[in-house]
Amino acid sequence: MGSPRWYYQISGQCLPWVAVAAVSLLLVGSIWGLAIAPMDFRQGNSFRIIYIHVPSVFVAMSGYMVMAIAAAITLIWKMKLAEVVMKCCAPIGAGMTFIALLSGSLWGKPTWGTYWVWDARLTSVLILFFLYLGVIALYEAFEDNISASKACAILSLVGSVNIPIIHWSVEWWNSLHQPATLKLTEESTMHPDMLYPLLIMIVGLYFLFGLLLLLYTRSEILVRERGTKWVKELVAEKYAAN
Amino acid sequence: MQFDNFSDFMTMGGHGVYVWTVYGVALLVIAALVITPLRRDRRFFIEQSMLLRRDQASDRKTTNRVSK
Repeated sequence: MGSPRWYYQISGQCLPWVAVAAVSLLLVGSIWGLAIAPMDFRQGNSFRIIYIHVPSVFVAMSGYMVMAIAAAITLIWKMKLAEVVMKCCAPIGAGMTFIALLSGSLWGKPTWGTYWVWDARLTSVLILFFLYLGVIALYEAFEDNISASKACAILSLVGSVNIPIIHWSVEWWNSLHQPATLKLTEESTMHPDMLYPLLIMIVGLYFLFGLLLLLYTRSEILVRERGTKWVKELVAEKYAAN
Repeated sequence: MQFDNFSDFMTMGGHGVYVWTVYGVALLVIAALVITPLRRDRRFFIEQSMLLRRDQASDRKTTNRVSK
């Protein structure tokens, strides 16, 4: 258990289910959010951006936490799989943060009258984006995997300071950005007709994150284990099938 | 349904440009993220099966030589 081969087999079995869940939830959530949910009486139809914006921010932040935890495991126990997970979180997280920033900016224009303001929330999410890019760039900068993963693990851990800053930025500093709509401890202020598609999109995007993480880690493991017997057998199987 | 017809759905009372751009770009980014590892896998299997074929070919040569 915990070996790359074991992981490759188990993840291959989960993959189709995760894919089906992600695609169907995102499809239902998007259609519901775009066409069926009622219009916001103050923001008009631009509020429909929330169904992309909020889920992508959630996943961007959670993805960073996954990366930081994998980084800690890499540093402490030098576990191969954790190192792979850490490396693979970076491009996925960067993509999600990009969606979050762009959707926020395009929502800001009709709502605030500007695409961008240098306030705490927006700036800290921009820093999150640069942290992800930093991990990708740092990994590429090293010749050998061991130094690369060590450097990236330290960067991810140091950068995790940013996560609580993003979370509380709207409460600590004055901001154009509205405070959180969804809270774990209190009832949401959102009408159920608007809330349900949002929850579906959030769960759907988490499944998509899971799917992407599976795809990236599996691909990375194949390359790293290409000298081993089980990968050679896998290649032979594919080769025979073609 | 919140919209009476398709053109209303597209324009969204003037907010259509923003809403559709966000959904479109999100779809593009997600597609790129999905395709990247899949293409990498495909390339990996093509390269490795070529190596395997080469190894098998050279193995055959050696066995032939030995049998002679």
